[in-house]
Amino acid sequence: MTWVLIALLVVPLVGALVVSFLRKDDTKAKLVALAFSVVELVLGVLLWTAYKPGGDRIQLAFGVDWIPAFGVRLSFGIDGIALVMIAVIALLIPLVIGAGWTEKLPAGRSQGGYLALILVQEAVTVAVFAATDVFLFYVLFEVMLIPMYFLIGGYGGARRQYAAVKFFLYSFLGGLIMLASAIGAYAMASDELGKGTFDWATLVTVVRDADPTTQTWLFLGFFLAFAIKAPLVPFHTWLPDAAAEAPIGVTVIVVGILDKVGTFGMLRYLLPMFPTASKNLAPLVLVLAVVGVLYGSLLATGQRDMKRFLAYVSIAHFGFIALGIFSFTSQAGVGSVSYMLNHSISTGMLILVIGMVIARGGSSQISDYGGMSKVAPLLAGMLLISGLTTLSLPGTNSFVSEFLVLIGSFPTQPVYTILATVGMVLAALYVLWLYQRMMTGPLRGDALLAAASGPGAVGDPERKTTIGDLNKREIAVLAPLVVIVLALGFFPQPVLDVITPSVGATLTEVGVTDPVSVQEGK
Amino acid sequence: MNLLVAQAQQIEAPEIDYGAIAPVLIVLGAACISVLLEALLPKHQRWAVQLVLSLLTLVGATGALILYATSERRPAQGVATLAGAIAVDSPSLFLWATLLVLAFGSVLLIADRSVEPGGVFVAQAAIRPGTVQDRAQATKTGMQTEVFPLTLFALGGMMTFVASNDLLTMFIALEVLSLPLYLLCGLARRRRLLSQEAAVKYFLLGAFASAFFLYGVALLYGYAGSVKLSSIAAAAAGTDRSDTLLFAGFGLLVVGLLFKAAVGPFHAWTPDVYQGAPTPVTAFMAACTKVAAFGGILRVLTVAFENTQWEWRGVLYGVAVVSMVIGAVLGLTQTDVKRMIAYSSVAHAGFLLIGSIALVPNGTGVSATMFYLLAYGFTTIAAFGIVSLVRNSDGEATHLSQWAGLAKRSPIVAGVFTFLLLALAGIPLTSGFIGKFVVFSAAIEAGLTPLVVIALVASAVAAFFYLRVIVLMYFSDPAPDGPTVSVPGAFTTIAITLGAVVTLVLGLWPTFVLDWAGTGTFLS
Repeated sequence: MTWVLIALLVVPLVGALVVSFLRKDDTKAKLVALAFSVVELVLGVLLWTAYKPGGDRIQLAFGVDWIPAFGVRLSFGIDGIALVMIAVIALLIPLVIGAGWTEKLPAGRSQGGYLALILVQEAVTVAVFAATDVFLFYVLFEVMLIPMYFLIGGYGGARRQYAAVKFFLYSFLGGLIMLASAIGAYAMASDELGKGTFDWATLVTVVRDADPTTQTWLFLGFFLAFAIKAPLVPFHTWLPDAAAEAPIGVTVIVVGILDKVGTFGMLRYLLPMFPTASKNLAPLVLVLAVVGVLYGSLLATGQRDMKRFLAYVSIAHFGFIALGIFSFTSQAGVGSVSYMLNHSISTGMLILVIGMVIARGGSSQISDYGGMSKVAPLLAGMLLISGLTTLSLPGTNSFVSEFLVLIGSFPTQPVYTILATVGMVLAALYVLWLYQRMMTGPLRGDALLAAASGPGAVGDPERKTTIGDLNKREIAVLAPLVVIVLALGFFPQPVLDVITPSVGATLTEVGVTDPVSVQEGK
Repeated sequence: MNLLVAQAQQIEAPEIDYGAIAPVLIVLGAACISVLLEALLPKHQRWAVQLVLSLLTLVGATGALILYATSERRPAQGVATLAGAIAVDSPSLFLWATLLVLAFGSVLLIADRSVEPGGVFVAQAAIRPGTVQDRAQATKTGMQTEVFPLTLFALGGMMTFVASNDLLTMFIALEVLSLPLYLLCGLARRRRLLSQEAAVKYFLLGAFASAFFLYGVALLYGYAGSVKLSSIAAAAAGTDRSDTLLFAGFGLLVVGLLFKAAVGPFHAWTPDVYQGAPTPVTAFMAACTKVAAFGGILRVLTVAFENTQWEWRGVLYGVAVVSMVIGAVLGLTQTDVKRMIAYSSVAHAGFLLIGSIALVPNGTGVSATMFYLLAYGFTTIAAFGIVSLVRNSDGEATHLSQWAGLAKRSPIVAGVFTFLLLALAGIPLTSGFIGKFVVFSAAIEAGLTPLVVIALVASAVAAFFYLRVIVLMYFSDPAPDGPTVSVPGAFTTIAITLGAVVTLVLGLWPTFVLDWAGTGTFLS
């Protein structure tokens, strides 16, 4: 079944090539891009069925030599963690294309170019999660920036140049430092084995026994890259700018997918390769994680711009994910991975809904909206659902993961866990307050009333607005997400089954076992 | 008379391995023929004949090189010929091949007459700028075809330079490569004062650097009693001599070399000269001079000073840091695309120096640096080729603000230039990345990890100014009176394509060149 993985890597690239020739005809470009992304989704489902939980650590592996002089191979394969991330990419891209169907691009830009970049981004991101060679991972980690740079810089809002360059430089610097660490690991391997290699599995066996000082340095190199990518406070400042300036579909990709490379990297690279350093430096990461939860939540509460609000919400959520990863219990680990999936779905949905709001009002300022549920009840309902899953209401998908993270972390890290729990309360505050300000009460706000119709409308308390409710296309985009949110809220087991063995293997590589209370809790 | 004959018979004629030095002989011989043609041919025939001769020379020299490199009788460790003055070993052959191929691209750029009618070189260099005759000649289509022999002489000097086995030969080669370059810099058709200023600056500072070099040679001769690189190494292995002479000589020698390589803080000439010189000459200097200078640095450091490396490594460590910081930080403030690439080349010189001092434990630094030189040379030639295409009525539009929105007007040129900038920034899937990777790997293995971290930060800083150009080209609106992009003629197209394709291919499949660069070591 390795052909599924190969196809997953190739199909979006072919799609991008085809779409890039359709720059003259926007409708055709959109249809073709959507078709390719749906094929990718089907392949994603096939990949899910091909993966055997409890089987090999890395499945569907294949590879060819690339640079033999440095033992670099083009090798790919997936574990349960990579699988869920690839699946969620395949799920979100068609929805992003569907949601942006009528979006206006900046003057002189074509849908063909935009969608081609989106498809390239999809291919490269899938490849990042599937790479099993550290060098290849680094290469893709940096190459991933290029389409995103052009997506933000070419199709974004007013300050897009600034946001694009900031995004690129932050990630590029992080990546370079990671490269230094990767070369360090390579040098250790060539000392030990006589021949250098970048193969992930081999490097793990070489580096994990290195002395603590070396491990600490190498750990820090990788950690910086992942902390910028994830992003953890204080390396997060690129995200609000990128999220605010990017077009809405691209915001979904940045916040919903790209950021996961950071936390994925922690699980795949930091923990297995540098177990000693991971344990020694866990307090540092945990502090950053909890600060991220609280800081992100507080700043989200205070945002006036919806897209920046989304960025800070994500920063808070990434704090939870990092907390779960560095608590070193299987429950918390499983919680974190499922959080990565559920964050993509919940936040992805929230971003899409907010994109629909912005598409109606033309403004991303919260204060430009008010009482919208009167004119767009379905839209309001969708905002409420996506908001509630963002704040982890029981019965939604996020609750399962947040709960697992917290009960999994408590036995080993009670203090941090209690502090992080405050974040849950703040989440209720920022989500419900957002909903209250935008959807409830009398109809108000410049964005809504600017669209008011009829002469003499100004000053009339009963002004009407032309803003309408969700249309069929938008319902079709959101409906699958609602179904998934509820389905995973009540039946998370299929996902947890896929994740658990891989998380277990990761923790075994770190050499930690669950404390007694957690084992009994099972 | 008899006495003279008797003395002459005592002088042994040195053995000459003609096969080994054939590439250099072909280039220098063709340069002499080229000078004669300049004297004998009527003006209207010169350009075509000179161009054909130059290209044939390069192809012939490359052919001779391939023939020799693949021949059975070539000793694997290399051969010293001309009484030990020239060492033809694997690195020499690699660097020669690099120089020849890069020169091929440069000559194509130099020969182009479609972008600027009549070529970028002045019709008659002797006419004073700003006079009536000068305005008249600006519209003429002829050009000073002496650029071709000058280029060949410079190339011959470079090839000798990287293969010189003693310091005196090296000095002469240095002058042979420098003097034509000084002249070439001053031959621009447009903005002649700027061009002549560049030539004078380059000449004066270059003369200083040569003096430093020569003084260093003198001190080292005083120390070792010989100018042969291997004798200096042998003398340094003994302990009974004055280290002052050795290290004073080393310092002066290296200053001369670093100047040619445009390593900061000896880079002061670089931005002015890169900006003022005709763009094809800038491309030739940026690519080939860099290769020659670092080829020389590698040989001197490896052959003559390897056993004393623990004494001098710290100094060059500092120089590398200074060079990277100067290049990256001052590059940020540039508003002229040629000056920006000049500062970028200073930063790259810092990276190259890292590879050059990574001599332990197994000398991978040498092959890594040579790969970097090859990769960087191709990228630079193509980049300057693109720069020469973006023009307004005053000639090249090199101010960055004029590049705004270029992607809207000519997406292909903007796309290729973006790719080249990403290569200079060291983004994966370009040769620039592989070059950085091999150099940094060698440095980490040599225990230079802190230096590598500084280099990585400098790379990230430098990436900003490359990105700024991309931002300008893609995300800004074009200025209404902005420059146009000339449709390049066949020569420029070939040169740019060659550079861009090599940049891509070496980014994807570097194995062949990496293996080749790593085949042998310097003859000592």
